[in-house]
Amino acid sequence: MRVSKPVLSKVEGYERSASPFDKLRANGFGSYTDIGNTMPPIITATDLVKQYPGVRAVDGINLAIPQGICFGLLGPNGAGKTTTIEMLEGIHQPTSGAVLYKGEPLGVRYREEVGIQFQHTALQDFLTVRETLKFFERLYAETLPIVEVIELCSLTDILDRDTRKLSGGQRQRLLLALALINDPDLIFLDEPTTGLDPQARRNFWDLVKLVKSRNKTIVLTTHYMEEAYALCDEIAIMDKGRIVSQGTPEQLLKDHFGDVVLQIPGDDAGGKLMQMDIGAVPAGELFEIKTNRLHHTLQQLMDNGINLDRLRIRAWTLEDLFINVTGKDKPN
Amino acid sequence: MKKFLAVLHARNMEFLRDRSALVWNLAMPFMLVFGLAFTFSGGNKDIYKIGVIGGIEQLTQAAPKLPTTQHLQFIPYDDLDAAINKVKHHQMDMLIDVSAAPKYWVNTSSPNGYLLERIIWGVGADKFERQAVEGAEIRYVDWFLPGILGMNMMFACLFGVGFVIVRYRKNGFLKRLKATPLGAFQFLFAQLISRLLLVVVITTIVYVGCDFFIDFNMQGSYGTLLLVTTLGAMSLISIGLLVAAHTASEELAGGMLNIVTWPMMLLSGAWFSLEGAQPWVQNIAEIFPLTHMISATRSIMNEGATLAQVMPDVWVLSLTSAVFLAIGAFVFKWE
Repeated sequence: MRVSKPVLSKVEGYERSASPFDKLRANGFGSYTDIGNTMPPIITATDLVKQYPGVRAVDGINLAIPQGICFGLLGPNGAGKTTTIEMLEGIHQPTSGAVLYKGEPLGVRYREEVGIQFQHTALQDFLTVRETLKFFERLYAETLPIVEVIELCSLTDILDRDTRKLSGGQRQRLLLALALINDPDLIFLDEPTTGLDPQARRNFWDLVKLVKSRNKTIVLTTHYMEEAYALCDEIAIMDKGRIVSQGTPEQLLKDHFGDVVLQIPGDDAGGKLMQMDIGAVPAGELFEIKTNRLHHTLQQLMDNGINLDRLRIRAWTLEDLFINVTGKDKPN
Repeated sequence: MKKFLAVLHARNMEFLRDRSALVWNLAMPFMLVFGLAFTFSGGNKDIYKIGVIGGIEQLTQAAPKLPTTQHLQFIPYDDLDAAINKVKHHQMDMLIDVSAAPKYWVNTSSPNGYLLERIIWGVGADKFERQAVEGAEIRYVDWFLPGILGMNMMFACLFGVGFVIVRYRKNGFLKRLKATPLGAFQFLFAQLISRLLLVVVITTIVYVGCDFFIDFNMQGSYGTLLLVTTLGAMSLISIGLLVAAHTASEELAGGMLNIVTWPMMLLSGAWFSLEGAQPWVQNIAEIFPLTHMISATRSIMNEGATLAQVMPDVWVLSLTSAVFLAIGAFVFKWE
């Protein structure tokens, strides 16, 4: 019988692309801090606190996001990620702490060099896609040629369409185009694929990867774990206003899950499994066994005559990690 | 400047392409002007207006029965020339000056003046010295036109700007603009100029369109009229910007705009003259920009007032525009 090793770096249907972070890790940099030493952070947050009456929404966040990576900020509802990202965007002022962009406080330069795609936003009514792009182009001192943005975001076919009549995917592409029009060094994408169908979501991922390939820094919030896994070089998971876990997706999974999960159909060996002292737990029609001694466990199963023909080994995902560190069932 | 022009253009396009709003903005004042012209074309009044210079007590001493005569309204005046002007234009039926030897002024072409003269002769004023004046009657439609156009401008300026900004704030468009290098003053000034252009153009179209059928009285300069109208609109828009500077609630904005519009609607002289009203009411009315705009435009159109003569109103409108816009920009909140 042949059992394959769990593949932790692969999400079904989608491969992660190599990033600057991956290259650094390959060269021996194992942690986020190591990267910070070699690549100057484009944006830093120090002891960031946001206090509302009776609620401490953000409770001492420290971040330093290196240039050229895609940084994911994840967390359940009410974790403080939107408040955090809006302080990083300069939309809200922190109660205390500081945000620095290229070592300077947020100011006019930041407004010129940052691109933001809000989760909830509206555009000027009665304007076409082309007019909306031109409108935003005129708000910046330096911009990309509109033609380039149009091509990058695949807007050619809908240029003369009223922005109120766009589909969800088209609208998100336009909002991304508006975030890119000033050729920003730093781009915030706040849940950009929420509400999109799977095809449109994957198209949007391709677009984000294309943007990232231009050495842009992206800060992404999402509640799709597979999205974070596919796009992000670095993630931070927030809960109750604090960062509870941070690192590369692979490193976090490795750190939090030293074991693997064996899945065996219950109709094959349910009775025997429950009698064995092996930690088998029913999970629907399957039994799951967590183990960090794979060969030993397999040997035990075979010794007890368990049929392993339909054995599967499940890879840990970011969703497992999320549940593990936040105690929440679902990200949102 | 580029950013300002971008916002200005986008807002103009939004308004012009919103056909239902555009048609309503054009149709509403036409309907009001024609409706009121038709309704009040008879000009029936059951009270004769008599201006009094020198005080009612002096008048009582000069002709004791006159002040107690029914259906006569006595309006105190200080400015003799202004009061005579009103008699000339049939806005007042008679003027009596009892500050020295009693005199009265009556328009020889006014039927009301003719009848009133017979009435006062019968109650002891037959010894008053008669002064005849002449002048064409100002029709009611000529009197209320500035008021009705002013009212329409008020609604277009206050609600047109106020509600739009609150909607922008509520749906997140302002938050999106906050993430750009656009400044609050640039945004607000573009909103002001956009609405100003639209209001002035629409008001001009309505004026010209109605004038074609009704032939309004126009004694003064069109340039001065345009200046006063523009400044009045600016002042009203600035109030709209101020009201909308902070709130994201359309209900609250609507309530605040109603608080502003109702007193102006009642006390600015748009529907009826405040002559003869309590002094404190007249003082309150002076606070409102609409009062100054309507007063100045009536003076220009019906009395041929020059720019110098309406300069106090021009100053008030300019000052209120600057103050309201500055405060609005200072307290403006993107979210």
